[in-house]
Amino acid sequence: MKIKQISLFLENKPGHLNAICRTLAKAGINIVTLSLADTQQFGIVRLIVEDWERGRDELEKAGHVVNVRDVVAATVNDVPGGMADLLDAVGAVGVNIEYMYAFSFRTNDKAILVFRFDDADKAIEALKRIGADILDASTLFSH
Amino acid sequence: MCRECNDKENPLSRADYVSVDEMRNIQLTKLKKIVRHCYDNVPLTRLRMDEKGVKPEDIKTLEDMRFLPFMKKTDLRDEYPKGLFGVPMRDIVRFHCSSGTTGKPIVVGSTRGDLDVWIDGVVRSLVMDGITNEDILQVSYGYGLFTGGLGLHYGGEALGCAVVPTSGGNTDRQIMLMRDLGVTAIACTPSYFIHIMDEALKKGVDFRKETKLRHGIFGAEPWTDEIRAKIESVTGIEAHDIYGLTEVSGPGVASSCRCHSGLHVFEDHFYPEIINPDTLEPVPDGTWGELVFTTLDRFGTPMLRYRTRDITRIIPDRCDCGRTIRRIDRISARTDDMLIIRGVNVFPSQIEAGLMTVDKVLPHYHIYVDREGDLDTIEVKVEVTADALGDQIKSLELLRRTIAEAIKKIINISIKVTLVEPHSLPRSEGKMNRVTDNRKK
Ligand SMILES: [Zn+2]
Repeated sequence: MKIKQISLFLENKPGHLNAICRTLAKAGINIVTLSLADTQQFGIVRLIVEDWERGRDELEKAGHVVNVRDVVAATVNDVPGGMADLLDAVGAVGVNIEYMYAFSFRTNDKAILVFRFDDADKAIEALKRIGADILDASTLFSH
Repeated sequence: MCRECNDKENPLSRADYVSVDEMRNIQLTKLKKIVRHCYDNVPLTRLRMDEKGVKPEDIKTLEDMRFLPFMKKTDLRDEYPKGLFGVPMRDIVRFHCSSGTTGKPIVVGSTRGDLDVWIDGVVRSLVMDGITNEDILQVSYGYGLFTGGLGLHYGGEALGCAVVPTSGGNTDRQIMLMRDLGVTAIACTPSYFIHIMDEALKKGVDFRKETKLRHGIFGAEPWTDEIRAKIESVTGIEAHDIYGLTEVSGPGVASSCRCHSGLHVFEDHFYPEIINPDTLEPVPDGTWGELVFTTLDRFGTPMLRYRTRDITRIIPDRCDCGRTIRRIDRISARTDDMLIIRGVNVFPSQIEAGLMTVDKVLPHYHIYVDREGDLDTIEVKVEVTADALGDQIKSLELLRRTIAEAIKKIINISIKVTLVEPHSLPRSEGKMNRVTDNRKK
């Protein structure tokens, strides 16, 4: 149920993020979502792409250093408190969220949250217990 | 401790093991001869000796060397191109040049005998490294006016190695030939080898499994023990240090042995002194100072007391390998490279040493010196590696702080560390320049 996320180092300079997207586009690799964490000097781009292995290889070939991590994607019900329920569930079992980001698909009204937990397996268990919808790669990419 | 110091029986290395008394006798005989040769044939030396009131016959002991005038790089530049030649042109068989950072290059001319002396130093260096006629030696130093390429080339051939004269550049082909020909030893600058190492890793070439490389003979630029350790741990080879300079011949003036504690000077050809660069007085063995060489066997462009600007010391004890020729410490600093930052002397090698104490860092860095208002600033740009990257900003911030602190611990000055993308800093296929001093503009 875990999903592979690739992250790249990026200097905060014009055109650098474009170059990454273009490399993937040229190889015909779809970007499902992209998020950027940055400081004044540099940033880390986190990507979920279809076929992460080929994505990683293409980016490495283009001279980037690439890091691959497991993340968890879950849908959140678009109702008040939907988000808080998820956070409570993982907090209750003592799992920390190292970072998270959200995105949504046009085709339905549910937001998708991507989490990086310090203990993904434990978090998945806790989320399942409250009936959260955890996405595997194939559902994520079929949207 | 040394690994295989069993080349005492090798006739090529005989001079490395003669008794100290015998060596001093050889040196004194040669010194008297070369001083006479310079006085008679090099007008500038004659003029300076006359000014100091020293005649060739005044040199009666090796200690009397202290009465002789010094030579400096500026002398070679001022006398460009052939003013310091000591023989007629018909006896010169080769020119070499070394480019200065400013203005004209310096030119040295060698006689047949001078080249033989130079190559003798290279051969003895290779023997010291444990290289034999069974080895396949890839020479990836630049060929041409620079002494690195031809020096290792002829030295390798003289020893009976199979030489692969790739010269610098075309790194893909270097790696291909290294693999396909079963190269066992490579000679190049340490920075170029690191570049080769990187490119090989990028291609997924594992040095240990896919090459037969066992030795690296590195020189022509100052490098640190930390870089040596890095090269050895990544590739599994033994990294040797070869020292030399065009002004006194080329690579093979001194070389590390397999004990890897300092470099033995081939002092039957190149007489070493250490002086205090301020007072110009010789200092006792063990004291750090500027390295000075007198070429005992070179007649084409002879040098009396040539000031190298390299900082080292004579290591006072006998080496475990049994050689009697003296050792100098590894040269990791050159007075030319010294930066004065807010009144403090800083050597790029100190910054490198600090950087290399940090895990997960590859030696790709560049130092930028600038002035903001009245304050000198240093910025070190370091390329991020896959190991160091992680997926979080905070780990990179931590890496940045760790590097800055490690460097500060050595130089006592706060510096700015900037992480940059891989392959974004300049690479070199010859001598590496790792410092940009914008204050000079
Ligand atoms: Zn030794």
